[in-house]
Amino acid sequence: MFRRSEQDKRPQVQIFIDGVAVAARQGDTVSAALLASGVDVRRSTAVSGAPRLPYCMMGVCFDCLITIDGVGNRQGCLVPVAEGMQIEIQKGKREIGQ
Amino acid sequence: MTVAPRREDYDVVVIGAGPAGLAAAATSAEAGLTTLLLDENIGPGGQVFRAISSTPVTDRNQLGADYWVGADLVQSLRASSAEVIPRATVWSLDRNLDIAVSIGGASAFVKAKRVILATGALERPFPIPGWTLPGVMTAGAAQTMLKSSALVPDGRTVIAGQGPLLWLLAAQILRLGGRIDRILDTTERGNYLAALPHAFAFLTSPYFAKGLSMMREVKAKVQVVSGVAELAAAGDGQLASVSYVAGGRRETIPADLLLLHQGVVPNVNLAMSAGVEHRWDDLQLCWSPVLDASGNSSVAGIAIAGDGAGIGGANAAVVRGRIAARAAVDALAPAAAARLPAMATLRADLAKAERGRLFLDTLFRPAPQFRIPSGDTIVCRCEEVTAKDVLDSVAIGATGPNQLKAYRRTGMGPCQGRLCGLTVTELMAQARGKSPQEIGYYRLRAPVKPITLAELAAVPKSEADVKAVVRG
Amino acid sequence: MSGEYDVAVVGGGLLGSAIAWGLGRLGKKVAVLDEGDITRRASRANFALVWVQSKGLGMPAYTVWTVQASQAWGRLASELKQQTGLDVSLQQNGGFHLTLGEEEFGQRTELVKRMHNQVGAADYKMEMLSASQVKKSLPLIGPEVSGGSYCPLDGHVNSLRTFRAFHTGFKAFGIDYLPERPVSAIGKSGGEFHLTTPKGELRAAKIVLAAGNANQTLAPMVGLYAPMGPTRGQIVVTERTMPFLPHPLTTIRQTDEGTVMIGDSKEDELDDRALKHSISAVMTDRAQRMFPHLSRLNVVRSWAGIRVMPQDGFPIYDQSETHPGAFVACCHSGVTLASNHAFEIARMVAQGVLEPELVGAFSASRFGGAGAANSSGY
Ligand SMILES: Cc1cc2nc3c(=O)[nH]c(=O)nc-3n(C[C@H](O)[C@@H](O)[C@H](O)COP(=O)(O)OP(=O)(O)OC[C@H]3O[C@@H](n4cnc5c(N)ncnc54)[C@H](O)[C@@H]3O)c2cc1C
Ligand SMILES: Cc1cc2nc3c(=O)[nH]c(=O)nc-3n(C[C@H](O)[C@H](O)[C@H](O)COP(=O)(O)OP(=O)(O)OC[C@H]3O[C@@H](n4cnc5c(N)ncnc54)[C@H](O)[C@@H]3O)c2cc1C
Ligand code: FES
Repeated sequence: MFRRSEQDKRPQVQIFIDGVAVAARQGDTVSAALLASGVDVRRSTAVSGAPRLPYCMMGVCFDCLITIDGVGNRQGCLVPVAEGMQIEIQKGKREIGQ
Repeated sequence: MTVAPRREDYDVVVIGAGPAGLAAAATSAEAGLTTLLLDENIGPGGQVFRAISSTPVTDRNQLGADYWVGADLVQSLRASSAEVIPRATVWSLDRNLDIAVSIGGASAFVKAKRVILATGALERPFPIPGWTLPGVMTAGAAQTMLKSSALVPDGRTVIAGQGPLLWLLAAQILRLGGRIDRILDTTERGNYLAALPHAFAFLTSPYFAKGLSMMREVKAKVQVVSGVAELAAAGDGQLASVSYVAGGRRETIPADLLLLHQGVVPNVNLAMSAGVEHRWDDLQLCWSPVLDASGNSSVAGIAIAGDGAGIGGANAAVVRGRIAARAAVDALAPAAAARLPAMATLRADLAKAERGRLFLDTLFRPAPQFRIPSGDTIVCRCEEVTAKDVLDSVAIGATGPNQLKAYRRTGMGPCQGRLCGLTVTELMAQARGKSPQEIGYYRLRAPVKPITLAELAAVPKSEADVKAVVRG
Repeated sequence: MSGEYDVAVVGGGLLGSAIAWGLGRLGKKVAVLDEGDITRRASRANFALVWVQSKGLGMPAYTVWTVQASQAWGRLASELKQQTGLDVSLQQNGGFHLTLGEEEFGQRTELVKRMHNQVGAADYKMEMLSASQVKKSLPLIGPEVSGGSYCPLDGHVNSLRTFRAFHTGFKAFGIDYLPERPVSAIGKSGGEFHLTTPKGELRAAKIVLAAGNANQTLAPMVGLYAPMGPTRGQIVVTERTMPFLPHPLTTIRQTDEGTVMIGDSKEDELDDRALKHSISAVMTDRAQRMFPHLSRLNVVRSWAGIRVMPQDGFPIYDQSETHPGAFVACCHSGVTLASNHAFEIARMVAQGVLEPELVGAFSASRFGGAGAANSSGY
């Protein structure tokens, strides 16, 4: 859906999406990295299970909710990636302990 | 790394580091006031200057000269004594000017003598059928990725809607080598006529020449369909096609990405939760705070600057930020005010920056069918409430958004009405034959953005607080 | 506003709505007069427990009344479901009040004892449980939980959906719900009540005042008395999470939607627009000590509601001596008592007299005082 412009010379950062290594760039938000990855990163909503992807990328819509390093329902569009970050795509409601 | 505010009390706390907040904080700090600038984002710049200090887009022409203006603003701020904390989400502001801010998962509490809210705008909801499908995003979202990560649309891409930002985004995507298959312009034909009386001011404003050349640039490369009167996204769990009606003809085109945009509206959540009075703006079709000429709101000590004060654009945001800061300096350190530009000069700057706005607002006033949905179209994305659900509630007696909320949970999700509030007000107004002002808005309360339960639990408490809860 | 009504109900919160719905169910022609969108409406702000344990200390009749309501709730839920298709998610599998530390455990034990010593209260089997006993039902409790009390009759419901179900049911019963019509004056002439509203006058043979705390000012217009002492309560609610809490607690419950509600403070403040985060902090701190897993959930909203609170904390149901046909109803725990209001109070209003054996204890004559002189003490 999105691809990187060639002029982007930022260093790579490795993150994991559901355990699979993916190359992101330093300064990406989690959501941007996910959308650039080409992986199916659709979450499903807590209400009906409908599939969603980030909508606003500026922190207002909450359609980018995602589990980051074990903590659920974070706004992926506001969190910068970090080396080794573990991302899990959420399906439905969040687990209580996460 | 987590940075807490250095002090508990500040003369001025500025919330939001877009053009308004950057200008306000620099001005206030230059005058010697203790100043704290808080912003939720990773870096300064707000929406217009997003990622100004970090963008990987190095070719200056691609983002345009208007973008790089932001670098000067950031520079002035950095040169000042203002304390700046990024990734700091303000979740509570009240009438006593007590501020709660979440930084790295922990809350800090600061008190201000003056608060300047510069929380900006967000894109107007665009509730068409299928707007919740993966593959449908706002144009601003694509622009955010373009500015901060040099990402451009790759698959079959349709941009739909209207307004200057839409053309700017299209131009930027093309300059970065991205793909746009079609642009669906939803500007109502009648708007051109309505805007005509305001054309002179616009023609003599800087917007005109820039806007025109950008549209030419885009139209030379992309098929543009004008007069689009109906729009829907479809697909099974993922966007597959966009259908539209223009000139009486329906057409359906395959698409992987649909970018929607019909202008921006003030982000009212923090201001409203602090009790700031807002009024319905019949031209801009949104809630705007009631402010005096210096940006002071109905709550003593809270001023609002930038697009949160009513949409005025980035240049106006800068000037409004300076005006609000100057007013704070006048009140708190009158002697220092002499060093700043005179209020009269700033007001003249503002008039200049706002030139042509009336024309734009009239021309790009979104059509009712794109603001007020019907049937199964989702209104509240969080709680998945449809237009029909809202109308059913009106039929059983809901008179406004708050009773609707009780019946249907609209606005109760994490976005707290940001993506449904305007739609709900206008939909109910239409159904009840009332004005949006009469219908009103959700009552908003802190936390305006979610915080963890542990974070709330860590707020300092007194013996009396405990007594109010533990009652045997 | 035209038309004459058998009954005009003043107030469209849970009390007015339940009573109006019950009257409509009996075939009465009913109007509900209510305020508009922004108002203090406890029915939109409550914690939604259908709660029995510890109710009625100092007034045994209230215990009996509460137990009866709890038992009738199932019938109310199924009638609402049948009529409106709305499932109000009533769950009555017993509820807990958890204690933190030994001191709280001791205090709660005392309270349970006092309840048991009161006539009529023993029926509902409120009992103290140790922490390990609690853990059998609530495996996720934290180490600070010292135990708690349990009552098998306790439960909870989706109170907002109940509210909507009543209002949806109005349509089917032909009840006129008339919002944006606050009643400013009430008179009686020609055997009829005349209610003044900004949108005109409305006439009815009988009236029920169910305007929450506003009953205090409305009641004297028709020779009734309703001394109120409202308090504020704050509630915090989290995002939706997977089901983890099989029973409701006095201060924590998981809704059928998955959100976790954490309640609720009691303050003398009456400004429902402001919030004290330090009080929410006590509530959430206690909640995470009871269930450590909660600490990482996000809080998405918090609010303050103003309780409808008769001065001594017990319900007021009364009928006017001077203005026959005028009734007043107000109480805290309007969720719990909704079934009684829909079935019993509605039935008695329809027949024209409150039955002393059932609700005599709730007459405002118990307050003594000037206003009470007019009240019948039926
Ligand atoms: C997505 C988007 C893209 C845009 N792009 C352009 C563009 O390219 N060119 C243009 O001319 N105009 C653009 N605009 C219009 C925009 O409104 C500008 O006019 C300008 O950015 C407004 O400046 P501002 O200072 O008022 O607020 P903004 O620039 O919007 O800045 C507000 C800041 O406040 C922060 N904030 C908000 N709430 C909180 C909180 N509770 N706690 C902490 N921080 C908070 C935000 O993170 C943001 O950084 C865009 C608008 C949007 C919504
Ligand atoms: C924080 C909190 C937690 C609670 N938790 C529980 C719980 O767990 N379980 C439980 O059983 N109960 C609980 N309650 C109590 C319960 O919510 C109330 O008892 C119940 O909602 C009262 O309903 P009501 O209709 O009397 O009052 P309200 O809901 O306040 O309604 C009164 C209505 O009268 C209208 N009105 C006022 N003046 C006029 C006028 N002049 N003319 C016409 N209309 C008028 C108002 O607009 C309003 O609609 C709680 C309450 C609060 C605040
Ligand atoms: S994409 Fe909208 S909040 Fe993150």
